[in-house]
Amino acid sequence: MPETVTVVVNGVSVTMPAGSMVSAAILKTGITAFRRSATGEPRGPLCGMGRCFECCVTIDGEEHCRSCQTVCRDGMDVRTDA
Amino acid sequence: MRDAVIIGAGPAGLAAAYGAAKNGLRVVVIDDNPAAGGQIWRGEQAKPASPEAQVWFEKLRSVDIQLITGARVFQQRAPGTLLAETPEGVSELNYDSLVLATGARERFLPFPGWTLPNVMGAGGLQALVKTGLPIDGKRVMVAGSGPLLLAVAAYLRTRGAEVLLIAEQVSSMQLARFAVGLVGKASQVFSLKRQLRGVRYLSGCWVTAAHGDGKLESVALTRGGKRWQVSCDYLACGYHLVPNVELAELLGCVVESGSVSVDQYQQTSIANVYSAGEATGIGGLELSLVEGEIAGLAIAGKHDEARSLFPIREQQRRFATRLNQTFALRDELKQLPAPDTIVCRCEDVTFARLSAHDSWRAAKLQTRCGMGPCQGRVCGSAVEFLFGWRAESVRPPLLPVRIQSLIR
Repeated sequence: MPETVTVVVNGVSVTMPAGSMVSAAILKTGITAFRRSATGEPRGPLCGMGRCFECCVTIDGEEHCRSCQTVCRDGMDVRTDA
Repeated sequence: MRDAVIIGAGPAGLAAAYGAAKNGLRVVVIDDNPAAGGQIWRGEQAKPASPEAQVWFEKLRSVDIQLITGARVFQQRAPGTLLAETPEGVSELNYDSLVLATGARERFLPFPGWTLPNVMGAGGLQALVKTGLPIDGKRVMVAGSGPLLLAVAAYLRTRGAEVLLIAEQVSSMQLARFAVGLVGKASQVFSLKRQLRGVRYLSGCWVTAAHGDGKLESVALTRGGKRWQVSCDYLACGYHLVPNVELAELLGCVVESGSVSVDQYQQTSIANVYSAGEATGIGGLELSLVEGEIAGLAIAGKHDEARSLFPIREQQRRFATRLNQTFALRDELKQLPAPDTIVCRCEDVTFARLSAHDSWRAAKLQTRCGMGPCQGRVCGSAVEFLFGWRAESVRPPLLPVRIQSLIR
């Protein structure tokens, strides 16, 4: 198994250790706002375990994916919703 | 051959799976995370870091178990049949016996600024770091309540974080009383103490606000009437844990004081449904393991063997009772939210809007509090603490699912 994976976050490539979550990859790029709340506030991960839905982003075209429960795959296209 | 389905692949679920599989049941373990281990053994299926994880994953390799990860149970179609959403579609799980080992989540309390990015749960930040977030050289404030804060701080430190302070809301007197009874856990306490050498630990101290422009920049703290502010990159803040009881409630199991009610064999109020671990009350790793073992043996009909574990469980339950008494929340924390502080993060419902109502139902109907994607999993325990309202009903789907999963 290769030791790293590279995903693309808002058009920027980021390389992570294999097995990393998408949420960690997004934060590694320096982005902290994953989505906008109902009133437009920037939001980022809170619970880290799939319960709070604050880390939802668009992954390979699918909206509302919990990035903290999605493992990085090579070439994955990640778009934050903020 | 009888079928057992275990919900949750953390310590309790894995221990139950082992006991059941060893005694001839066909066992399926299902978890919404991408790997087994739960929160405490996150990432340890591939690479055990703790001796307990090593022992249990080794044991599990000796039995035949089907593990389904990345799957979320969202509905019971009929008694004995659960539906789970997987990345590929929907799986139907048929069981003769069911074990709910759904674990716990952190309790979050609202305070001004808690919705800023980089304000996270204590376990939340730990989970992110365990799954690839570099924390080397970052300034982290750890705050809230419970033994998890110490474990998180120690872990973050091993990964190179600068832990500025651990702020525990419980008073030093309460902590001292608790510490006296920690004889059985002395080695764990000692090892944590060594890992945390040089880190400031303040009891009777809590975060009153988080500040920042678009993301966290600093944290305001209070202790004994004194107030001060500290700059930091992350705030890891959680107020102990709350059991995940939603699935149990959906199935109709009796839930009391926020925990799934079980009898001596971990059986719930429904005959073929069992529950083990944090879902039945917060008690930590050892209690989860022994409850899981008892549940697994019981569903396999090995009641004598299960009974032989009762004394260990009893000892761990006594510890759990003391733990939960010690880390009870102080009333001052109810004063933390300002009128414009958001309580329900999914629907952006403020404290002031909730204060206008007198029940969870009224607040829900008028403000949409608890009706967003998390379905009250974050604000529910906060609202219960702040207003004393308890969420009333759980309905399918248990979590937001794809339309295709519902119309199949």
